Amino acid sequence: MSDATGMPDLPGTVDAVQAALAGTGYIAPRNLATTIFLALRMGRPLFLEGEAGVGKTEVGKALASVLGRRLIRLQCYEGLDISAAAYEWNYARQMLEIRLAEATRAAPTLDNHALSAHLYSETFLLKRPLLQALEADLAGPPILLIDELDRADEPFEAFLLEILSDFQLTIPEYGTIRAAEPPVVVLTSNRTREIHDAIKRRCLYHWVDYPSAARELEILQSKVPDAPAALSRQVVAFVQRLRGADLFKSPGVAETIDWTRALTTLDSLVLDPDTIDATLGALLKYQDDLLRVQGQVAADMLRDIQAGLAQAAPGAVS
Amino acid sequence: MAAAAPAGKLAENLLHFARVLRAAGVPVGPAQVADALVAVQLIGVERRDDWYAALAALFLTRHEQRPLFDQAFHVFWRAPDLLGQAQRLLLPQITGRLPRPRELSPRLAQAFAPSGLEQPRVGAPAEQQEFDAVLEFSARERLQSRDFEQMTPDEWAVARRYAGRLALPLRPVLTRRWRPGEPGAVDMRQTLRASLRCGGEPVLLRRRRQVRRTPPLVALCDISGSMHRYTRVLLHFLHALGQQQKLSVFLFGTRLSNITRCLRARDVDDAMRAVSRAVPDWSGGTRIGPCLEQFNRVWARRMLTQRAAVLLVTDGLDRAEPGVLQAAMQHLRLASRQILWLNPLLRYEGFEPKAAGIRVMLPLVDRHLPAHNLDSLAQLAQVLRGA
Repeated sequence: MSDATGMPDLPGTVDAVQAALAGTGYIAPRNLATTIFLALRMGRPLFLEGEAGVGKTEVGKALASVLGRRLIRLQCYEGLDISAAAYEWNYARQMLEIRLAEATRAAPTLDNHALSAHLYSETFLLKRPLLQALEADLAGPPILLIDELDRADEPFEAFLLEILSDFQLTIPEYGTIRAAEPPVVVLTSNRTREIHDAIKRRCLYHWVDYPSAARELEILQSKVPDAPAALSRQVVAFVQRLRGADLFKSPGVAETIDWTRALTTLDSLVLDPDTIDATLGALLKYQDDLLRVQGQVAADMLRDIQAGLAQAAPGAVS
Repeated sequence: MAAAAPAGKLAENLLHFARVLRAAGVPVGPAQVADALVAVQLIGVERRDDWYAALAALFLTRHEQRPLFDQAFHVFWRAPDLLGQAQRLLLPQITGRLPRPRELSPRLAQAFAPSGLEQPRVGAPAEQQEFDAVLEFSARERLQSRDFEQMTPDEWAVARRYAGRLALPLRPVLTRRWRPGEPGAVDMRQTLRASLRCGGEPVLLRRRRQVRRTPPLVALCDISGSMHRYTRVLLHFLHALGQQQKLSVFLFGTRLSNITRCLRARDVDDAMRAVSRAVPDWSGGTRIGPCLEQFNRVWARRMLTQRAAVLLVTDGLDRAEPGVLQAAMQHLRLASRQILWLNPLLRYEGFEPKAAGIRVMLPLVDRHLPAHNLDSLAQLAQVLRGA
């Protein structure tokens, strides 16, 4: 079990985690804060799954800024392999080194064993994100963000198993590299396919849900502070309503923020049907969804929202 | 650690809780229980929601498991008499004391009653239940279970003989993986290693080439009344295909059912038994459009990644309005790499597609495999080879 005294900079309670994240602008719900707290204290990877745009990647970035550690990000894609994710030998330098060895030594008979030991030393090793994450850092073990793991293919998942359970990496020509202090690992998945249970078992699993209206408003106020308060309230109410509608892809928090920025750029003080129609593309990314909502449906939604908000706070909405 | 004394009781209860979850179908291993013990001591017992979040993070690996976990958690860890309550719950007579027993998942109720009989495991996972909400057609749909007869030894021999020939006309895709092979690009790593044997002279150029593989396949198979006579042979075909390549199988009539897990049984009779238990709408009406739309909405994003191809097995006789089918087919076409349509109705070369459903679907598929008689695997193999 990890010793608490060894990591003095980790937040000591769930509340502390929540407060520290809020300090960097990430408004985390209580259950997410609990899972993060446990991941930090138990030294386990954190597996975040959820719809696109609910703030999974942001968790990694916020953690790095809370703990003051280096953030190492590995964006996954199909065909991601060891040479792009973990390490690669610097072939050009290796070949140059062979030529140099030949030129400087008069005798053509090189000591093959010594040469190969020299060629496969750290000097010729190109370190990619996974290997970098195992290295000691002055600020403490880095944050390793393995983003959108569902985009990588299954062979890569299998390769991750060694790193996630033992925080070590084996290079055949060089040896096994082990992290003195394990990095904080955050994995995210948009769930375009199921990740194998073997990976999830090694992690703390958390499903990141769409935020509640109150929390989304808080997020909006922290991310787009110059948006008028009345506009933010309407935006949140509108987006929350859209998520209840039968859409192909519900808008995420990222889209809410984008939309509010778009509206603020247009100097809107409150929502009106024309502006909604003109800017809906910031919120909905499928043509079918756009057609369904644009026009009368959006106008009706807006009227309902205005009535609801006026009832909740009389005089607050024009 | 200071909390060693209370941990004894706690460990016992966590173990019980894990056992309840396991019995209800959430796979919780001993390592996770040990981790949970560490976690709850870090968290403390002051806040119930923290406790919930901690156990959920450790015990769950899928979003679908959450409703079951939620129920189990609230029944098991009931304040204030936490431990006593938990232990009492494990006694056999507790079945009558469960709160709101009607809302409890039957699987969970079973898990809480240790004397309960071992029920045959229903192969379909919990996701299936959400489709029960489709009600408009319930009057017309015929819910019936269906017993597939066991495969006769003759059929089995035929199936084995033809399984190898049942190759679908799927274009292989280039992956971004490499393996040694000539001719191909120079593999620097292997070349350098080989050169060391010759004192650093790259005499032998090692080469590598990209791996090709058949794309994963998603089969959407119509099991309505009009397809009745082909269902059996098609399921055998899909089972055989599943042994060869990555395959997900959905059946639809009036509802959509994912039977991928059922077909994973190695023995074909076991697999058929599991399928017949899992699917509620054998030989009923057809709602191709709404079922495809359902697939697009719920599954497409998860199933059609990595350039999957779709095998659509249907006669195209749809009862719902063609607009829905059109939209669903267009969406499916955009999301998949290739659509193969295996149609037992199109019998002749110059067949005139008259039914509205067929007219809608025909221009939207990549390959169209008219199979005029699908009564045996042998004929199916012939069709697929000829295609």
